[in-house]
Amino acid sequence: MKLPSGWSLIRAYTILIYVWMFTPIVAVVLLSFNPQQFGSFPMEGFSFRWYFRLAGNATILGAFKNSIVLGSLTAVLTTAVGIPAAMAFVRYDFRGKDTLNTLLLAPIMIPEVVLGVALLLFIRWLQQPKSFVLLLIGHVVLTLPYVLLVVQARLVGIKKEYEEAAQTLGASPFQTFWSVTFPLLAPAIFAGMLFSFTISFDDVTATLFWATAHNQTVPVKIFGMLRNSISPEINALGTVMIVLTVSIPLFAGYISRRFARAAEK
Amino acid sequence: MGTEKDPQFVKFRGIVKKYGDVTAVAKMDLDIPEGALVTLLGPSGCGKTTLLRMLAGLEEPTEGDIIVNGNRINDTPIHKRNLGMIFQNYALFPHKSIFDNVAFGLKYRSVSRDQIREKVKHALEVVRLPGVENRKPAQLSGGQQQRIALARAIVIEPDVLLMDEPLSALDENLREDMRREIDNLQRMLGVTTIFVTHDQREALSMSDKIVVMRDGLKLQEGDPETVYNKPANHFVADFLGHSNFLPGEVVGQDDENVRVRIETGDVLLARHRGSWKQGDAVELVVRAQRFEAHRQSHFQPTEGMNSFAGRIKDKSYMGGEVSYFIELPSGREIHVISMMRTRTYDYGDEVSVQVAPYHCHLIGREPEE
Ligand SMILES: Nc1ncnc2c1ncn2[C@@H]1O[C@H](COP(=O)(O)OP(=O)(O)O)[C@@H](O)[C@H]1O
Ligand SMILES: [Mg+2]
Repeated sequence: MKLPSGWSLIRAYTILIYVWMFTPIVAVVLLSFNPQQFGSFPMEGFSFRWYFRLAGNATILGAFKNSIVLGSLTAVLTTAVGIPAAMAFVRYDFRGKDTLNTLLLAPIMIPEVVLGVALLLFIRWLQQPKSFVLLLIGHVVLTLPYVLLVVQARLVGIKKEYEEAAQTLGASPFQTFWSVTFPLLAPAIFAGMLFSFTISFDDVTATLFWATAHNQTVPVKIFGMLRNSISPEINALGTVMIVLTVSIPLFAGYISRRFARAAEK
Repeated sequence: MGTEKDPQFVKFRGIVKKYGDVTAVAKMDLDIPEGALVTLLGPSGCGKTTLLRMLAGLEEPTEGDIIVNGNRINDTPIHKRNLGMIFQNYALFPHKSIFDNVAFGLKYRSVSRDQIREKVKHALEVVRLPGVENRKPAQLSGGQQQRIALARAIVIEPDVLLMDEPLSALDENLREDMRREIDNLQRMLGVTTIFVTHDQREALSMSDKIVVMRDGLKLQEGDPETVYNKPANHFVADFLGHSNFLPGEVVGQDDENVRVRIETGDVLLARHRGSWKQGDAVELVVRAQRFEAHRQSHFQPTEGMNSFAGRIKDKSYMGGEVSYFIELPSGREIHVISMMRTRTYDYGDEVSVQVAPYHCHLIGREPEE
């Protein structure tokens, strides 16, 4: 098909932007397989050298452990807080509902630097030291909006009649939640958990403010390593991070779609 | 109070429901006799659903009491009311099998596993869908889903069965079958039933009692024949069937009939029901099917019948019958449905219209709104 010249210009422009966005990422991934210390193109050979180095680096492994523990706890806590909140927003009317909803969604719009500093000031005011609990609370605040949005969207799609039918048939509100609402909500809950894990796992800016020397996460560690030297290990680590943060949401999406289909069939 | 059983199983007493400024139900007093099928009939937005949902416990009345079987249930939570509700879109649990759907209510009652299996099987037989236990709701057609919803509601042996426009989501031809099935089932089980609809044919064909509502108010209640033949006011007459309204004035009466002069100057007789006095502004209500049209040139009025002249203005052929729109000398148009036993007429034909006093019903003329 022949496009008018204006359109072909826009197309070329779009392609350029994508190239500009993805070239550094591709470079990192490629260089992580480069055996040389100071990698440059063209690559001279192919090896997993830096990946083995990474696997033997105790501080990096420690950071991985921190990230996974923090991410998992964040996911569980955020969902535990997010489901009742979403239920309240979608199913009930109460005073100040809109205000509260905006407040809970605000972390998406507030710059993370501001959020980071704010929480620090808050615990300073409470005269508490920085701790893992602070980090965890911070990440819950950070990821709650996403869980709220996903779960609310699904709840809107679950007709109120299902819950009402269950109740007229004799199920208490609590039994109704577990036998009807929760199973129908499961895909969204699962997706929300994976989202919040990924966001927690991936976060740098706010975490830089909240982490102590003992609970540094992988991104914070990478940031620290970059200040000292540029080791090819970072390329390998970066590649691992890319794979994780891209594949988890994709997986979540796939699972939730399968769940949704299975529920209807 | 004696030990005699109150025949009114469900009683609404002074029920009011307000949503902010909107009054959905206004001061409703209503009795539902035990074992009866009562329909709430009225146009969309008149408060039928709201009334039903208050009985189910899904909405809280702003004022008034709801009494079921002698007990005030205002403060009983939904899940303890033992009422079977059928929703407009069935509301079958999409993630559960048909068996689990029908068995749902039994799980919260002390019923053993074997009994549950037995009861579910029986309920599915009653709604004539045996053997679908393992399917999911999405694998059934609309009519079948409706039956499962019915099975799910009756299996718990509810005190009252509540149905909110249960047929409106079905195809026209399926609706008639399903209507008869619900009717038969209700008779067989003898369960007190409240049926909400905006379809007068549904209401007329299946009810023991019809409650006509508008704007949150009860306008008339009674058995189908009474509501149809003796409408209490203009709205009820207009809502049920094809009614003609001839405004007029009472000019006299005897023991049997009231004489009413209509706009054309003709004086018509209406059977005496209720009390009227000379000079009352009234409307004469006549169903379109009750008029007979005759060719004017050959017309000999029958003794004791009302008759007046008109001209065919429009007609539409409807298979078994013909609808005529006949213009009276006063300019008013009346609607006549003729069963085509006699000849048909054409545009412009001069006709005489005849109707028995027995089929003329009088209502008070309401001030123009
Ligand atoms: N949850 C609600 N909030 C506000 N107004 C409502 C609500 N439910 C019903 N209404 C209003 O109450 C009136 C009666 O509604 P409804 O009982 O659904 O009528 P029907 O079932 O006869 O069509 C309507 O004017 C409707 O807009
Ligand atoms: Mg309704």
